[in-house]
Amino acid sequence: MFLWFHKLGSPPHFYRIAGKWIPWLTWIFLILVAAGLYGGLILAPPDYQQGESYRIIFVHVPSAWMSMFIYVTMAFCAVVIIVWRMKLAEVVLISSAPIGASFTFLALVTGSLWGKPMWGTYWVWDARLTSELILLFLYLGVIGLHNAIEDKRVAARAVAILALVGVVNIPIIHYSVEWWHSLHQGASLTKFDKPSMPPSMYIPILIMALAFQFYYALTLFHKCRVELLQRERNSKWVKEL
Amino acid sequence: MAEFFQMGGYAAFVWPSYGLCALVLWLNWYVPRKQHDKELRQLKRRHKAERQ
Repeated sequence: MFLWFHKLGSPPHFYRIAGKWIPWLTWIFLILVAAGLYGGLILAPPDYQQGESYRIIFVHVPSAWMSMFIYVTMAFCAVVIIVWRMKLAEVVLISSAPIGASFTFLALVTGSLWGKPMWGTYWVWDARLTSELILLFLYLGVIGLHNAIEDKRVAARAVAILALVGVVNIPIIHYSVEWWHSLHQGASLTKFDKPSMPPSMYIPILIMALAFQFYYALTLFHKCRVELLQRERNSKWVKEL
Repeated sequence: MAEFFQMGGYAAFVWPSYGLCALVLWLNWYVPRKQHDKELRQLKRRHKAERQ
């Protein structure tokens, strides 16, 4: 197990494995998205209060979950960077940031497109929306800080500290709807008692969430491969490609 | 069919949400693929130059 992990951590090995996995991940993602969209847009009934507008949920909620999941992944990489100085963790952290920023952006925009017809406004400065906006700034901060420092290894350490400090925002986002009065509705799925919607609605959400996980993996691999080529430009394995 | 695209009068909110998602996801997939090919081409060219 440790040997396998050690081997996976070596750049040439990871570069090859990622290349092999990408087509599979892409196909699984496409199949899941097709199933999720069919379930969400065609099979699921309209909501009794919100009509058809609620269908934004099938991209909004998975995007919001991914925005937090990817940040936690980055914080985990940050620990690995600070403690073990593992190169691959640096590559994964910095390659994850634009994907996480994209999902955060999508969660915010799809949320505001849902807010306009339901709440009557695109934006309110309430706890859930504001903490999600802070998450976007954290991602942009990570990307900006990384670009500002020439030496990639020094940059990775600086970025790791920022990513780790920023992780306090994650529980704030999750509990914001309970801790403060919010226009945003409470959790419908991530709670311990029964979900507050029927299976025909929450199953497509879960399928889309799974699809987005595969999407994260496949774009992460694409981005890591580019980052690895750039970093290891002068090493023997890159010259042999 | 037309009814489906009207989304009960919410088409102006539902479809832009989906469209924007598709665009952003596509960009995150397409850009690194292009970068990867470009990087490989540059490396090959440089490698050739070094050997000569």
